[in-house]
Amino acid sequence: MTGPLLRIEGLGKRFGDRSVFAGVDLEVARGDRIAIIGASGSGKSTLLRCINVLEHADQGRVILGGEPVGEEVRRGERTETRYSEAALVRLRQRVGMVFQQFNLFPHMTVLGNVMEGLVTVKGMGRDAAARQALAELARVGLADKAEAYPAHLSGGQKQRVAIARALAMEPEILLFDEPTSALDPALVGEVLDAIQALAAEGRTMLLVTHEIGFAYHMATRVLFLAEGGIYEQGTPDEVLKNPRRPLTQAFIAGHRRFSF
Amino acid sequence: MYRWDFSPVIANGDLLLAGLANTLALTGVALAGGIPVGLALALARLSGSRFLSAPAGVVIEVFRTTPPLVQLFWFYFGLPIVLKVEMTPYLAAALTFTIQSGAFFAEIFRAGIVSVDRGQREAARAIGMTEAQAMRRIVLPQAVKRMFPAMMERSIELMKTTTLVATVSYADLLYQANELAQKTFRPLEVFTAAALMYLVTISLVSAIAALVERRMAVSGEMAR
Repeated sequence: MTGPLLRIEGLGKRFGDRSVFAGVDLEVARGDRIAIIGASGSGKSTLLRCINVLEHADQGRVILGGEPVGEEVRRGERTETRYSEAALVRLRQRVGMVFQQFNLFPHMTVLGNVMEGLVTVKGMGRDAAARQALAELARVGLADKAEAYPAHLSGGQKQRVAIARALAMEPEILLFDEPTSALDPALVGEVLDAIQALAAEGRTMLLVTHEIGFAYHMATRVLFLAEGGIYEQGTPDEVLKNPRRPLTQAFIAGHRRFSF
Repeated sequence: MYRWDFSPVIANGDLLLAGLANTLALTGVALAGGIPVGLALALARLSGSRFLSAPAGVVIEVFRTTPPLVQLFWFYFGLPIVLKVEMTPYLAAALTFTIQSGAFFAEIFRAGIVSVDRGQREAARAIGMTEAQAMRRIVLPQAVKRMFPAMMERSIELMKTTTLVATVSYADLLYQANELAQKTFRPLEVFTAAALMYLVTISLVSAIAALVERRMAVSGEMAR
């Protein structure tokens, strides 16, 4: 396949009167690890959610593997993007997501959580699905918790199960939406380790995070969002160590104030 | 001092048991019909389409805000006139209580579905489920667990409300008790026995419900 794995063209999103971002362009090649940072309300999570269409962008389009997601329909002078159920189902099997609040299914065991997509979405038999789910759990070090219910896990364990659940679908791209923001500081490490292991496998991922240090070590590219768009981008060294523009500098300085 | 004498009641116990069987049958039918009707009404109401939610809202409100006895009379005496259909007491009762409990269940379902965190639906969609799969596999099972106590309460209420069908000569427990009271001239004993039969039946149902509730609590999600 030629061209980038994921391309975003002129993406814009508004909530009511307020524009969150506009004119966002981005190319993601296979193996890219992109950290998205920025102040609260800068649209980091919204941008991520527009990629797998949990949020509908108002302008622009998302192109996955050369194919635009959704269908553009003209309505008077405006064009709208419509998404068929089938297109969304295909997209989301290729683009996995890990949420800030884990969003594990509380009525299912850990194994049930990881199997669910394999059985319901991919139509896999229960035995084969259970085997694969166990392998995914082993990868995040939680095979021994397979029969536990989410309510009986720590936050860090919950998030690792959520990662296994996303991995089980064998997505080409993984989206992480502030995966450690809801965790006790003591539990952040185990989740970052799990993400780091995926990075080492060369997986393509986009990570919205406040863990600037982790972004520095893990990412191949860093985007800083401000003023309704990508304000500055580059390698971790460029953006995080030597930011050129004032808002980026202030943001990084703020994060470094209490480093020791 | 009144001299209690239950012997005529015991001698005619089969009549009361037949009445109880009819009461249970009617309650069962109303539940079996009312739950799917309630789910359909709730989903229509939550669908976001005005063509579905408005009529569902009207049905729910009409059946929640009018007395069940009026509904029953309307189905039994009114419907044959309007639609030229044959109405039996059983059919009128089954229709009334199916739709009426459906209206109440709809509100219970709706509250249950709305109470499930938005992130659950999103997580389901994010692994590629369709809207229908997300509802069936993720949202509804959690909603039903939360709704269960309200559902049981409503079902018990329903069983007691079915006593109204005696007014259209459906041979439920109360109707049979009334017949027996007139036959034996022992109304006090007969109605006491009938009350006890309701009490025992409903207590049994409550006990089973408590067991089911405990069984559903193993996942620990309800403690939050």
